[in-house]
Amino acid sequence: MLSAGLGTIIWTSVAFLAVVFLLGKLAWGPILKMIREREESIEAALQSAEKARSEMAELKNQNEALLAEARQERERILKEAREMKDKIIGEAKSAADDEARKLIEKAQTEIERQKNAAISELKNQVAGFSLEIAAKLVGRRMEDNAEQRAIIEEHLRNLSNGEQGAAS
Amino acid sequence: MAEKLRVPAIQTITKKLTTGAFYAFFACLSLGNNLRASDTMVANPAAAPAHAEEKSSFNAGEMIMHHISDAHEIHFFTLNEGAADEKHYALYLPVIIKGEEGISIFSSSHFYHNKKEATAAGKHVHYGAHNGYALFHEKIYTAPNGELIFDEHGHPTNAQPLDLSITKSVAGLFITAFIVLWMFISVASAYKKRRGMAPKGLQSFVEPLILFIRDEVAVPSIGAKKADRFMPFLLSSFFFIWVANMLGLMPFLGGFNIMGTLGVTIVLAAIVFIITTINGNGNYWSHILWPHGVPTPIKFILVPIEILGIFIKPAVLMIRLTANITAGHIIILSFVSLIFIFGQQSAGAGYGVGVGSLVFMIFMNVIELLVAFLQAYVFTLLAAIYFGSAVEEAHH
Repeated sequence: MLSAGLGTIIWTSVAFLAVVFLLGKLAWGPILKMIREREESIEAALQSAEKARSEMAELKNQNEALLAEARQERERILKEAREMKDKIIGEAKSAADDEARKLIEKAQTEIERQKNAAISELKNQVAGFSLEIAAKLVGRRMEDNAEQRAIIEEHLRNLSNGEQGAAS
Repeated sequence: MAEKLRVPAIQTITKKLTTGAFYAFFACLSLGNNLRASDTMVANPAAAPAHAEEKSSFNAGEMIMHHISDAHEIHFFTLNEGAADEKHYALYLPVIIKGEEGISIFSSSHFYHNKKEATAAGKHVHYGAHNGYALFHEKIYTAPNGELIFDEHGHPTNAQPLDLSITKSVAGLFITAFIVLWMFISVASAYKKRRGMAPKGLQSFVEPLILFIRDEVAVPSIGAKKADRFMPFLLSSFFFIWVANMLGLMPFLGGFNIMGTLGVTIVLAAIVFIITTINGNGNYWSHILWPHGVPTPIKFILVPIEILGIFIKPAVLMIRLTANITAGHIIILSFVSLIFIFGQQSAGAGYGVGVGSLVFMIFMNVIELLVAFLQAYVFTLLAAIYFGSAVEEAHH
């Protein structure tokens, strides 16, 4: 055991150096290279996964922002639409009111006009009747002249004034 | 004999703790070895009586030393020990000797089956002799006429030729080299086939270990930039030491003690030393030869220590690995020996102690599985730290 024979030393050198040389050429080189390659590819895969994940998160954030924006936009549009609606309705309402008021006013003036016309017509007729009645009463045919007509109209005015005073 | 008792306990544990593929591989290997052993087995009736006499009293120290020492055979077990028809089941390894007359190659069975007896320093010894060489205590001597001449201390005075035999440890080394090469070349092809994909099978078993060596040993000790240069050596030595240690814990294989053989670890340490020295940069050498910020008188004390340190560091690596692996084997063998020591008193004591020993052996074997890994890791880590100190940039 404790003697190192030269033969053993020679054979060990041959066997061990052969192993180191052969494995160095045939095994360790390729094995370590492949392991490193695989480690690098795993590293790269992990990094790209991490990148993809951060990109995903970013996308999600963007989506959320977009969604929020869209929601705001919708709110805004809806609000605007509501305002518009209200405005339109208000405008329509006021226009309609105006129109109605105008119509009423128009109707009133028309009525007034008609009334006045009717009153003046009535007055004319009443004057005519009065003349006829007066003629008949006087027994002679009076000339339908302007002077007489004026007298009658004055009377009628007095009459209508008295009526109006009584009415008010 | 010890092997026979040790085997079942260890087998149960290793079965659970090693992967199926590993176990199947080793099982096949051991089966093959056994078949070959029966082919080469030769009964040696002539040597048997002397052998029996000697073995009549059990010598634990001798048995343990025999098991942890390197040998020229892989011995599995012996049947009918001490009887006339004693049979050794062993795988006899090739003996290669470079002597003065050139290289001779023959099977070690010639040594083990051609025993001669002699008296050395008053003790009865035996050795194997063949073809002008003799094997005494697993050492080969030149013995032209098959005779060894011993001095007064019992050591042979004959010359020792260069023994290039494929000994047990060398055979274990080759098996380890084969397993490691097969494992990682197939894993490398799996990586090429499954480029960029998740690991599978053996690949997923070794990948965490490769990453462990790279990320926990090499990179923290050397630095990410310079670690790549040393990775082939660090990975190779880690797996080589680990597989060799595991091989030593496998049952039926004759108990390899590869990393417990100094001749093996000295080479690993020498390579660490050479790599460290070659890669040493200016900063490394200036730290050793002229340390900064140290008073000049202290430098004269420090520099020799640092210079010695260059050699002590790898030497420590060598001794730690050898001692740890050998110690594990010695502890388990000691528990085995206990059984036989008590068995000599009475059979009952042998059985009684055997139960306790078995429990401790199982425990120790599990620890050894951990130590097998741990020592491979420690060797690799320290080598990485030495490399790291050699290439470290100055940061004053």
